[in-house]
Amino acid sequence: MPDRTNAGRLGSLPCTQFKTTCIMQTRLLVRIPILLLFLSLTSVLSAQKRTITGKVTDTKDGSPLPGVSVQPKGNPRSGVVTGSDGSFSLSVDANTKILVFTFVGYGTIERPVTGAPMDIALTAGSSGLNEIVVIGYGTARKKDLTGSIATISEKEFQKGVITTPEQMIAGKVAGVSIISNSGQPGAGSTIRIRGGSSLNASNDPLIVIDGVPLDNEIPLGQKSAIAGASNPLSFINPNDIESFTVLKDASAAAIYGTRAANGVILITTKKGHSGGELKVNFASNNTVSNLIKQVAVLSPAQFRTVVNANGTAAQKAMLGGANTNWQDQVYRTGLGTTDNISLSGGIKNLPYRLSLGYQNQNGILKTDNLQKTSASLTLNPWLFDNHLKVDLKLQGSIENARFGNQAAIGGAVSFDPTQPVYTKSPRFGGYYEWLDPTSATGLTNLAGRNPLGLLEEHYDKSTPKRGIGNLQLDYKFHFLPDLHANLNTGFDLADGKGTTFIPDSAAESYLAGGTGGSNNKYRSTKTNTLFEFYLSYNKDLKAIKSHFDVLGGYSYNNYLTKIYNYANYYASGKMVPNSQPAFAFDKPEHTLISWFGRANYNFEDKYLLTGTIRYDGSSRFAPQNRWALFPSVAFAWKIKSEQFLQNTDVVSDLKLRLGYGLTGQQDGIGNYDYLSYYALSDSNAAYQFGNNYYQGYRPGGFYANRKWEQTATSNIGIDYGFLDNRITGAIDVYYKKTTNLLNNVPQPAGSNFSAYIVANVGDMNNKGVEFSINLQPIRTRDLTWDLGFNVTYNKNTITNLTVVPNDTSYVGFPSGTIAGGIGGQFAEINAVDGSKNTFYLYRQVYDVKGNPIEGVFQDKNGDGIINQKDLYKSKPADPKTFMGFTTNVNYRHWNAGFVLRASLGNYAYNNNWSQTGTLNQVLGSPVLYNASSNYLVTHFKGSNAQDLLSDYYISNASFLRMDNATVGYNFGAISHSRANLRVNAGVQNVFVITKYKGLDPEIAAGTGNTPGIDNNLYPRPRTYFLGLNLDF
Amino acid sequence: MQKMKRNIFIPLALCILAAACSKKLDRIPTNDVTASEVYSTSLGFTQAMAKVYASFANTGNVGGTGSADIPTQIIADEGNSDFLRLYFNLQELTTDEGAWTWQNDAGIQGLHEMSWSSVNPIVDGLYYRSFFQISLCNDFITHATDAAIAKFGSSADTIRHYRAEARFLRAYQYWVLMDLFGNPPFVTEKDAIGTFIPKQISRADLFKYVESELKAAADSGLAAPRQNLYGRADQAAAWALLARLYLNAHVYTGTDRYSDAITYCNKIIAAGYTLHPDYTELMLADNNLNTDENIFTIVYDGTFIQNYGGTTYLIHGPANIPGSITGCNGSWTGLRLTQQSITLFPDYSGNTDHRAQFWQTGQTLAMTDMYTATAGFSTFKFRNVTRTGAPAPDRDAAGNFSDIDFPLFRLGEIYLIYAESVLRGGTGGDATTAYNYINALGRRAHKDNTLTYITPSQLTTDFILDERGRELYYECSRRTDLIRYNKFTTSSYLWAWKGGVEAGTAVADKYNLFPIPSTDLSSNPNLKQNPGY
Repeated sequence: MPDRTNAGRLGSLPCTQFKTTCIMQTRLLVRIPILLLFLSLTSVLSAQKRTITGKVTDTKDGSPLPGVSVQPKGNPRSGVVTGSDGSFSLSVDANTKILVFTFVGYGTIERPVTGAPMDIALTAGSSGLNEIVVIGYGTARKKDLTGSIATISEKEFQKGVITTPEQMIAGKVAGVSIISNSGQPGAGSTIRIRGGSSLNASNDPLIVIDGVPLDNEIPLGQKSAIAGASNPLSFINPNDIESFTVLKDASAAAIYGTRAANGVILITTKKGHSGGELKVNFASNNTVSNLIKQVAVLSPAQFRTVVNANGTAAQKAMLGGANTNWQDQVYRTGLGTTDNISLSGGIKNLPYRLSLGYQNQNGILKTDNLQKTSASLTLNPWLFDNHLKVDLKLQGSIENARFGNQAAIGGAVSFDPTQPVYTKSPRFGGYYEWLDPTSATGLTNLAGRNPLGLLEEHYDKSTPKRGIGNLQLDYKFHFLPDLHANLNTGFDLADGKGTTFIPDSAAESYLAGGTGGSNNKYRSTKTNTLFEFYLSYNKDLKAIKSHFDVLGGYSYNNYLTKIYNYANYYASGKMVPNSQPAFAFDKPEHTLISWFGRANYNFEDKYLLTGTIRYDGSSRFAPQNRWALFPSVAFAWKIKSEQFLQNTDVVSDLKLRLGYGLTGQQDGIGNYDYLSYYALSDSNAAYQFGNNYYQGYRPGGFYANRKWEQTATSNIGIDYGFLDNRITGAIDVYYKKTTNLLNNVPQPAGSNFSAYIVANVGDMNNKGVEFSINLQPIRTRDLTWDLGFNVTYNKNTITNLTVVPNDTSYVGFPSGTIAGGIGGQFAEINAVDGSKNTFYLYRQVYDVKGNPIEGVFQDKNGDGIINQKDLYKSKPADPKTFMGFTTNVNYRHWNAGFVLRASLGNYAYNNNWSQTGTLNQVLGSPVLYNASSNYLVTHFKGSNAQDLLSDYYISNASFLRMDNATVGYNFGAISHSRANLRVNAGVQNVFVITKYKGLDPEIAAGTGNTPGIDNNLYPRPRTYFLGLNLDF
Repeated sequence: MQKMKRNIFIPLALCILAAACSKKLDRIPTNDVTASEVYSTSLGFTQAMAKVYASFANTGNVGGTGSADIPTQIIADEGNSDFLRLYFNLQELTTDEGAWTWQNDAGIQGLHEMSWSSVNPIVDGLYYRSFFQISLCNDFITHATDAAIAKFGSSADTIRHYRAEARFLRAYQYWVLMDLFGNPPFVTEKDAIGTFIPKQISRADLFKYVESELKAAADSGLAAPRQNLYGRADQAAAWALLARLYLNAHVYTGTDRYSDAITYCNKIIAAGYTLHPDYTELMLADNNLNTDENIFTIVYDGTFIQNYGGTTYLIHGPANIPGSITGCNGSWTGLRLTQQSITLFPDYSGNTDHRAQFWQTGQTLAMTDMYTATAGFSTFKFRNVTRTGAPAPDRDAAGNFSDIDFPLFRLGEIYLIYAESVLRGGTGGDATTAYNYINALGRRAHKDNTLTYITPSQLTTDFILDERGRELYYECSRRTDLIRYNKFTTSSYLWAWKGGVEAGTAVADKYNLFPIPSTDLSSNPNLKQNPGY
């Protein structure tokens, strides 16, 4: 046997033959000792049957294609993958007649085995129609799909510094909007598929990783889904991901019934290949991040002028002599590095993949740091004559994070710019603070603290861990190979714990005599378990030109969180008296149980019919409302397969899809509150009867009749391809109607134990059109140019609100909490005939010069009183249209590309202007505060309680953003073809074009943010990166 | 064939296992319990009752802040959401007795200027706080039926007392709502939680309800005066509220009920209350010892009953008073009084009338600016120290939380109600007794048991209003008193910055009532807004 098997390549060839490679390999081997383990494992490989060799190249330029899957037809699991030089060597049974060559983006071809070396050329762009895509509970050929499904595979991912997986597909899929929540390293994103079908239950899609649904819900009263972790998806190493599949319409998603109303994102991770050679990939990415823009505030000189002109003598005396830009003080240049190594291959029938990742990212906010170490192992053996397919996947990661105190972001905007950063005094860590000799601590009560001190004297450190794993067994019955039984058991474990330490000298929690500070622990764990079982049967009935497959199964998901409660401690470790919690921990838990089924029928390979049904039970509903049925049906017509299109080259693909289905929603609501439960107060919130203190029982608000929120989606779509699929894409038109909307709404006072309850309140619809097109205008040997464009139009309308039955005068309920002023105010409303989160404000009156007149608003109903009846429904916060544009040019070894995203018709409320752009901001508190420079425009005093509700503060925040621009060079085979090196560099967050005057027009609705309300966002930095990718 | 059998059994077994899992949809909380569990033991009843009372004193289920009772959508800052702070702001900041320095603070703007709008988180907060407590009272009464508590033997008596106290507390909150909002929605234990839309009740009908509930509670269930455990309401508390209710009956119903007010004053006085000898000891950390005068107090404790409202607000709030005097970690530099209320004292130095406990250092007498911390005196009437001047024993290390209990009713006020009712023509009392009561207040204030405080001819209704300003300032009765005297909105009494001008000016009559919160107007179609808002 020629020595071309991977087994010997690194292990047995003497170094003298490959001098240059050897040096490099030695380095790598030192760096990655684990490689040795695999080398010894792989050496057991031997071939005994017939061996076929060959090479796969690109028709474009004849360059070798690595990574092409080569399989004997009918026995896909004994295939191999081509090496970096495009060559392969495959050992097959003597009776193998045909080999199947598959490569993502190049399609699939079959070639008969002749005995001679097989040199095969594949053509790029010949469509992924034969691509196998992952769908709920199974896979399907892309061309047989009946629902609206988008697949994004590795080569289409956004490049650059990706700290959390979903950012890889931002702007790439029509109908999917992905907005990063902030510029914090590892921060999550707000993902909306077709606008989201709920008001404020949950609008997040279900995310399923290799069959394990992730739990991203934030437990009540917690800041994040996993304590001390900014975002649960950040635990997934982006480098491990092979593809994303987005199930957009109900017919595709309904198999996930319960939680599919907001769409489903299936993430498939990379696997090894059976019999494949060992492939090692090493990728390193290094980044530099900078703040792009600061919030505009008064300069020290402007600030002095304002105080001297308007302040009292005492306030003028407070002015300091320094000139400090506090935003300069709290931000920095953030450096980061990400390194990944993966090893994949196969030992006989045991394909494996191991990957290790390390990331260290500094945020641009000082002290903010995220370190993450991740590992994942995938084993996919076939056993019992290939009747039992085993998928075992384990992945884990440990983060080591220090969270910068984000109070410093707002602090830096408003701290007095005439004060110095440091004092010469060692008190309060040497940071300047507002002092008051009459207070016990020496600090002015109720005064903001030094923003830099808030960062540097605040150690919020956590080490959250997460492990996700599953074992999936797919058994093909020996006596009936068309029947499969599939068992999937999985877990998702997380343990987030950390400590917030504030030294006793820090002003943030100073106590007289320096006995304060804090040393507080926090922790929560998650133990989510999954058990699924299904049977599937498929059959070709050639006699009636039909193929059908059916599937039926059961799913059990349990979500258990354990939240630990701790007493509070001073920095010294002494417990704060009487701070012991009432309970050491809480264990919120909920369970979903489902029965599901699907039937596909294919007639003449032209007409496809899919029906699914899911019967779901959730522990979150009262027994009488617990179960609900979610059916769907879809039909597709492969028009291209009809006679009249068979012989044209102009139309290379054409398919019509029709679908209808029901999906449900039960996330974002309480676990138990269909009943009233009584919570015991802590011992420091007790009451005294005689000489005893009793902790009290408080009944919780509840909503006994809570029902499933249900969304019915109708979808009509066309998939098209022209000119040999150099033009491909899809058009979809959808109509989603959500009934029994779950929303947190005010209750009539006295009618419940809580003034706000999550209730079923009404109906809403989303109508939309999605269009995507991919073009390859140039396709030559040396030069290819790809363009991708997608646009989504979505209109959201609330059609019915039934907080009070039959109340026609009901105006709607508020949303969009704004900060500042009298507090507890809302800038938005959800009302019938409007879009969700529509701004609801007073119409500002302007003077002849066009400047707003403070406190003067249009008296809409002319009753002489400005009150809530004069608020009017203005623009919605959400965009009506959003677009993504991607382009890539490959010229010989060079490639370059960029991703643009645009959002049109979204409005933003500048809460920074409204809260801090007044004279009161400067003078209306015990110490001086800096104001937004918008004060110089409005000269508002800020004495009118209604000022914050002026529509002056909203503006069109449409934008065009370049997410990234990259350029790369492929050195190709280096070191005597032993390795392949690619280098790329680029910029992330290149530019934003917008008329919006605030910091960033893109405001995510994620944790802590309200849609469309712009207030102290952790700024998204501009990031430069240089990456290196080595395959060998 | 055997192999085949096994292959069938595995999936079959799995299906059975799956079916068994369906029972797992009955999930219950780990720590929280159902009503039937709470109300299954006598301790449970006590703990439910503790929360009914604690909803007066605390802002949530965690000391300081945390697990708030009132959702952040109503009040963003939980520290502002307790009953007393909200009630104080509405009853005092709107009058000659108070202004708050920081107009950037939630809901402050418009209160002292008497130009509050229909959206104000302090107004909304008080409204939802009152209804929160009413809901808890309703829940307790629903569960504490005779049949349900019969099994508790001797504890059943305690629970019957609790039930009467819940009726009293509910009546108290309805009185607050009636006084501030006029015609609030109306809910009792007969309305099942979560299933109905409350109707609005007229002020006159609510008066009748409060009256009958107080009488019923006093007659059946409330402990005899001064016989209950400290912190809990007794008959005298119900009588005191009845006296206050009747004193203001004309405002609420258009009908005078001064004789009834006298009746209940007499009942209280006959129960053996006496004036506490030293006025300056009324609002101290150990004022729980003042059982001679206090009729019913909200209890606070620096360790066990912590929140940022209550008397914590009344020690930190007053402007510029050093923490060493108020017994806390320092001033929030907010509360000052107008010169009109200070000069109700002929000698406001505090040297003669010891009720004049005003901080003058660095402050000007005249409130020349509403939003300047030094404009206007502040008061150290509330001090978190004991009678000996020692720090409060239960204070927290940070010096945040107060130990001072707040008397909702005390004998001093009862004397004033008696005297005013007599002067306004009520029967069942006499002018001499009235005179003696007022003289007793004056003598205590001057620490002079032989003083002739006033002559009988000086005892007029106007004198009573001024005397209330001296005796009861900062005790949350000022707005109600000024309305009863028709001086709240009119030009017959002006104070600094009334109506938003320094000299003071009359404002529209609508300000005699607060607006029903727009949040409730939008969620309850049965409600009609008060005129003018």
